[in-house]
Amino acid sequence: MNVRVNGERRELDGGTSVAEVVRGLTDAERGVAVAVDGEVVPRSAWSETALADGQHVEVLRAVQGG
Amino acid sequence: MILGGREWGSRLIMGTGGFRSLDDLEAALVASQAEIVTVALRRIDPARTSASPLDVIDRLGLFVLPNTAGCYTAREAVRTAQLAREAFGTDWIKLEVIGDDRTLYPDPVELLVAAERLVADGFVVLPYANDDPILARRLEAVGCAAVMPLGSPIGAGRGIDNPHHIRLIAEEAGVPVVLDAGIGTASDAAKAMELGCDAVLCASAVSRADDPAAMARAIRLGVEAGWEARRAGRIPARLHAQASTASLGLAELGDEADVRRVDVQQA
Repeated sequence: MNVRVNGERRELDGGTSVAEVVRGLTDAERGVAVAVDGEVVPRSAWSETALADGQHVEVLRAVQGG
Repeated sequence: MILGGREWGSRLIMGTGGFRSLDDLEAALVASQAEIVTVALRRIDPARTSASPLDVIDRLGLFVLPNTAGCYTAREAVRTAQLAREAFGTDWIKLEVIGDDRTLYPDPVELLVAAERLVADGFVVLPYANDDPILARRLEAVGCAAVMPLGSPIGAGRGIDNPHHIRLIAEEAGVPVVLDAGIGTASDAAKAMELGCDAVLCASAVSRADDPAAMARAIRLGVEAGWEARRAGRIPARLHAQASTASLGLAELGDEADVRRVDVQQA
């Protein structure tokens, strides 16, 4: 299936979870947040949330600012 | 200072944007004696696995205040705040909703809408606002924990463009007023406190200074000096002099000509 992760097209196996996508990007947990199609996915739901074809995933982390 | 229902020892809140290195950031945070520190959220880029400012902030035991920098609409800002709550486990949010990228002035309409939604969703909302007394009143009315008017545009470093507005906001506010944006140097921070602000938020003035740690200390001292001066009750600014030495008992040491000259001057 095709999913956009942080604006880039990614070819992923069907049923890939949010947790797997995050783990592919960072080891950190604190300071990391995920939105799928604009909706926040709580950390507690990362493992059980399977992505579907065409979804947009944003994986964010803390940076200097403000 | 009571802010968001908690007591704080420092009246200087530090932004973390613009530091040349995390070592500079750490040295400046230590020198600032700030307790509250802002961070932003951006996409993870696996190609750039640099250390996070969060490591520094956590190591120093400081309170993380996430912001919504870069948001242009209430919808984006609310979602960013919800993501920040998830990322940092805090209900506190420095709410920024920007109107355009040339001035980085807040969009007051979107800001108020976002503030109202976030307060309803249980957030402690600290809005970066225009220096507009009426907007400040409206932000307080929808339940914001503070109002944070700008002194001048973000990063401009020219201090407080409109001290009368800052004074009006501080005079009326029932929540803490935090001067946010525009500070260039320590005297600007002192001025903000003298005008009645409860705290100052500062990033670029420190992070882009030649010696960030030295400037952090200078601005901390400026905040403290301004706060003390405000509490001390300043004398009014006058056009004319007011002698500080009594004239009673002044010796007569001149001649007739000197006496006439004084009479002419006093007429």
